[in-house]
Parts: sequence; structure tokens; C-alpha cells
Amino acid sequence: MIVLLIYVAIFVASFFLVKLLVHKTTRDFTARKTVTFGDESAVRPNRIASVISVLTIFLLWGAFTGSAWVPGFLHAPGPFVGDATFTYTAEADGVAPDEATVTVRVFPVGAEVETPEVDPGPGWAKNDADSVGAWRSGLIRVDRNDDHGRDAGHRVVAVNGEPIAPGGEVLTAFGRVGMSPKGTLNVEPRKGWQMEPIWLPPPEAVLARLKEIAQDGYRDSTLWEHLGWSLFRVIAGFSFGALIGIPLGYAMGLSDWFRGWFDPIVEFMRPVPPLALIPLVIIWAGIGETGKIILLFLAALWIMAIAARSGVSGVKISKVHAAYSLGASKAQIMRHVIVPNSLPEIFTGARVAMGVCWGTVVAAELVAAEKGAGMMIMVASKFQLTDIVIMGIIMIGVIGFGIDILMRLAEKALVPWKGRG
Amino acid sequence: MSGLEIENLSMRFDLPNGSSVQALKDVSLNLAEGELLSVLGPSGCGKTTLLNIVAGFLAPTEGQIRLNGHTVTGPAAERGMVFQQGALFEWMNVRENVSFGPRMAGKRERDWAGTVDHLLDVVGLREFKEKAVYELSGGMQQRVALARCLANDPDVILMDEPLGALDALTREKMQSLVLKLWKETGKTIILITHSVEEALLLGERLLVMAPRPGRIHKEYRLPFADLGVGEDLRTVKTHPQFGKTREEILGMIWDMEEEIMGRTEGAQ
Repeated sequence: MIVLLIYVAIFVASFFLVKLLVHKTTRDFTARKTVTFGDESAVRPNRIASVISVLTIFLLWGAFTGSAWVPGFLHAPGPFVGDATFTYTAEADGVAPDEATVTVRVFPVGAEVETPEVDPGPGWAKNDADSVGAWRSGLIRVDRNDDHGRDAGHRVVAVNGEPIAPGGEVLTAFGRVGMSPKGTLNVEPRKGWQMEPIWLPPPEAVLARLKEIAQDGYRDSTLWEHLGWSLFRVIAGFSFGALIGIPLGYAMGLSDWFRGWFDPIVEFMRPVPPLALIPLVIIWAGIGETGKIILLFLAALWIMAIAARSGVSGVKISKVHAAYSLGASKAQIMRHVIVPNSLPEIFTGARVAMGVCWGTVVAAELVAAEKGAGMMIMVASKFQLTDIVIMGIIMIGVIGFGIDILMRLAEKALVPWKGRG
Repeated sequence: MSGLEIENLSMRFDLPNGSSVQALKDVSLNLAEGELLSVLGPSGCGKTTLLNIVAGFLAPTEGQIRLNGHTVTGPAAERGMVFQQGALFEWMNVRENVSFGPRMAGKRERDWAGTVDHLLDVVGLREFKEKAVYELSGGMQQRVALARCLANDPDVILMDEPLGALDALTREKMQSLVLKLWKETGKTIILITHSVEEALLLGERLLVMAPRPGRIHKEYRLPFADLGVGEDLRTVKTHPQFGKTREEILGMIWDMEEEIMGRTEGAQ
């Protein structure tokens, strides 16, 4: 909730700041253009906003994980770390109440610490020492080293001079001290607002893990092998899908018999999410490569068939007529008019299909795989290796984005006439 | 016999709801070699249908078309067609578009390169021959379409509102170009248009068609196309007979449109 508020505040503040600093000099009528709703070109992304947006995400991420990349004064309050001390007052049968001090060393997660040595002190209640990790709490049996134990009616009645009863608690400088229903003290150091690394590791930890896995690997394969396997499956599945789907789409666009025969199949299979096919594919082909590639083939097939079909049926009849009246034969029209005319549609379909395939392969690997990006994050999540999970998600996103950019570049280079007929 | 003969052409389209539309009824026409015929008429008079039948894209319900003595049975290179727009091939550059016909006929480059370059010169697109067609303006695109049609050396050129999508100024220039090409090449041309002025300026013969069923309403023989070859088209427009004929035809078409409107209103 607080994070969301800070996010909105940064959004609004940077908007006004940037408008104030940058757009004062370029006063023009571009703002008026936004009234032409539906014209995408009227609103162009403000790249300053994009940069700030990305920085904000890392800033918030770093601030709430205590990252070394974010200056300390921007950090959200962290958990209590250090030596926490409090005194308790104990009563026992037949003796006067006595006080003793408890020292609890609160250490950062992952650090090796020794429990501090303390002098037992005078009186029958002796001083205690213990250690507990940050964000954790620890039960402390203060009666153990005292001269009069529980068998002598030992009970703690006050902490730092404030009375306490089973189920109650006392707030202290480092957090709070609670009492269990059975009368044991429970030390709970302050947790602060930062996320525990086990939930959300700081960005540098994710980067460190990226380097580590890139070099040493995870689960017998390096990061590149995992990602490479995923990519290989996508490319293989997509290629088979395109290889069958495009001719199928052409046939459907050109022949009423093919159209009629395959229409029900294509129209039925198109809305079935490829993920729903995973169980069946596993039953039929197992969890090996064959199954994955069959799944991706099915994911790409219908998209490519439909793209090719609409590419063919979308040809302007005047182009075909023009070619006929220039003396072209049917085969020549197919080769020189229908096919090139359908390429833009096929490319659009290919972009969609690649995106769907990438999503499907990760999902399929989540279910079962020996190697692959999805398998990597799934296994890591079982061991609560959140940094690997986050790193994996980022890599999956980067590759998905990269695929789309490559497809767009290919489209620009190969079908420059797209949308300009 | 040489030239284009259109004999008792009728065309009926069956609609999905069981009724049918008589797009053309008993249209007969002879066009000698080298004549330029412009066709005018309100929408729905069947002029595009007529052109499509001559081109061979549609088979008539009745009647037939003969070109230089043989019957037309389908599209062929002898009858070139120029469309309003969008009929160029975007995946080919200007030169590839213009040379499409010869290339499809299997001719070698050295056999067509000269003709194609000459035609690009004639339509003023020599410097643009390597350009993609979608980079050209609408007028330039239509010049490519004209050159592409001429490069195939057809006997008859069919033009379906070739200048309809152009702005007024470009249109005037293109009208002069069409006249020039007609005179230089001596092709038989059928030109369909919505513009009465254009029909008068370009048509050596002018056909006014009437709708429902599509039929020939009136035919004119006009001197303006010949005048326009040598003269500025604007001077031609000042010719007294030009204005008179224009008003006459406009009135004719106006009456037809009124009649259609009345009929549809009556039906409602």
C-alpha cells in the first residue's frame, strides 16, 4: 500500500517536474493532437517518462530491499540489527523478586554470529544471552539458568519494569517482547518496512545470481543452456507450425473444399489455449522434447494458418484482375501476386505466434522439463531461491521482448510495403 | 473485322435472397481500332460491369464480345486494364511494375528494357524507376499504372475511373497525358468516368448509360478529344459547344438519379 502511494507520488511529481523543466521551451500544439482519438500517431511515448518509469521500479525495489545501489537515506526502515537488551523481573516461591538482563544479538540473515557472552550477575535471577536472525523472533527460556526454576514456581512478571502476563506483550526500543501462554518470553525485534530477501532479494543479489548461474549453471546446466533449450523448442515448434500452417492457410484461402474441410477444425482449435493441451500432450508424448515441440507446433499452427488464409483472401481483387489483364497465368498470379500480397499478414501472424510459443514453452517447462527457463524458475521456487526466480522471469521477459523486436526488424526489412497498399 | 464488337450483351446477377438484378440489357456497340470511347452514367447503370465483361473478368448472361474477329472468353494481355487505384504491386518497384506484362510473357530483359524505359520517360517517371510504388503520389501511381498497361502493348485499353481518386489539378494533367498517349499509340480505349467534363474532354465518342436495367441511353460523337491533343484542355472547355453538351448530359444524368431516388422512396 505504501509502495503504491510512493509510486503514484513519483509518477505525479516527475510529470510536473519534467513538464516544468523540459516542455516549457517546446510549447506547441502537439497537445491538441490528442483530441484525434484513435489516431495512434497523435500520442507518442514520452521517452523521459519511460526512463523515469524504469528507474522508479529499480528505486522502489532497491529502497525496500536495502539495496547497496540505492543511497542509504532512500532506504525504507530496515529490520532491527544489533544487540537488543531488556530486563525482566522474575518471582519464585519463597524468595524475593529479582531482576536480570537479557541480551539478544539480532544478526542479518545469512551471517554467522556467536551468542554474546554475558556475566551471570548477582541475585538468583541470572543474565541471559541469545541470538536471533533479523525478521525472526525467538523464544527465550530465561528461567533455565536462574537459581529457582519453573519447578520452584519461577515466573516472569515484568519486562523493563512493565508488568507482563501470559499472552501479553511489552514494547521495547528494539521491537517487542511477548509472552507465550505458557509464560515463555518471545523476543520479536522490529521488522521494519524492507522485504526479507527470501521474499524479494535486492537487485544486486539478482545480478550476482545471474553472473553465478551464467558461469556455474543451475541444475547441471548454465543459464544459457536453459534459455537456449527454451529458444530451441520455440524455434523448432514455430518452424513446424509455419511449415504446415502457411500452406494450409493458402489452401483454405484458395479452395472452397479445403476451406470447408478445415474451417471447423481451425475455428475450434484456435480458441483452445495451448496450455490446455499440455496434459494431453504429456499423456501422448511424454515430457521430453517431442512433447514440447508438438505443443508449440499446435500453438503456432492455427495462428499461422489463419494468418495465411486472411493474407490470401485479403488480396484486392483489382490486383488479381490487373495481373490477369497483363497476361499472367494462374501460377504466375499465385507466385507474383497472391504470395507477396499475403506476406505482411503472415508476418503479423508470425509475431503473434512467436509470442504465444514463448509463453507456452515457459508454461510447459513449469509443468515438467529437464532443462529450460521455466524449469529453472520452477525448481528454484521450490527451494525458495527467490533471486533465481526473479532473474529467470527477467530473462524470460527480455528474450520475449527481443524476439518481438527481431520479428519487427525482419518485417521492416522483408515486407516494407506492409500497411501501405 | 478489326476492332471491338459488343453484341446484345445482357448481364443478370442472382442475389443470395433469390431475386436478381439486371445489370445490363441488350447492349450493342462497335468500336473501331484507335477510337476513344468514354462511358458516363449514374451509379448502378452497369458501366463497370460492361468493362469487366469486356476485360473477361465476367462472363455475360447473353451476347458476346469479339475483338479483331475472335470471341472473348476470359482475361488476356490483348485487353489491358487500368484501375482507379490499388492495383499496383507494392512489392515491386516502379520498373518491375511496368515490366510485369513482358516478364510474365517470358520475354528477356533486353527485349523489354527499351520499351519500358521509353514508357517511363513518356510518363515522366524515369528518375523514379527504382522507387517503391507506395512512395509515389497518387498521380504518379496512376502514371505507373498507365505505363504498365502500355508496356504490354494491348489492343484495347480499359480504364475504370483511372483518375477518380486524384485531386483536381493532378487530374487535369493526367487527362492531357491520357490524350497524348492515345494519339501517340493509337490504341482503342474505353474510359469509364463519373466526371462529365472528363468524359467530354477525352471521349471521341461518348456513351451515356441509364440504370435498371443498364442500357445505352444516348451516344455522342465529339470533337473535343481531337482539339485537346493540340490545345490546352482549359481552352477546350471554353468552346461553346462544350458547355452546351455538358449541361445537356448533366441534366440527363440528373433526371436519372431523380428517377432512382423516386423509385426507392416509392418502394419504402
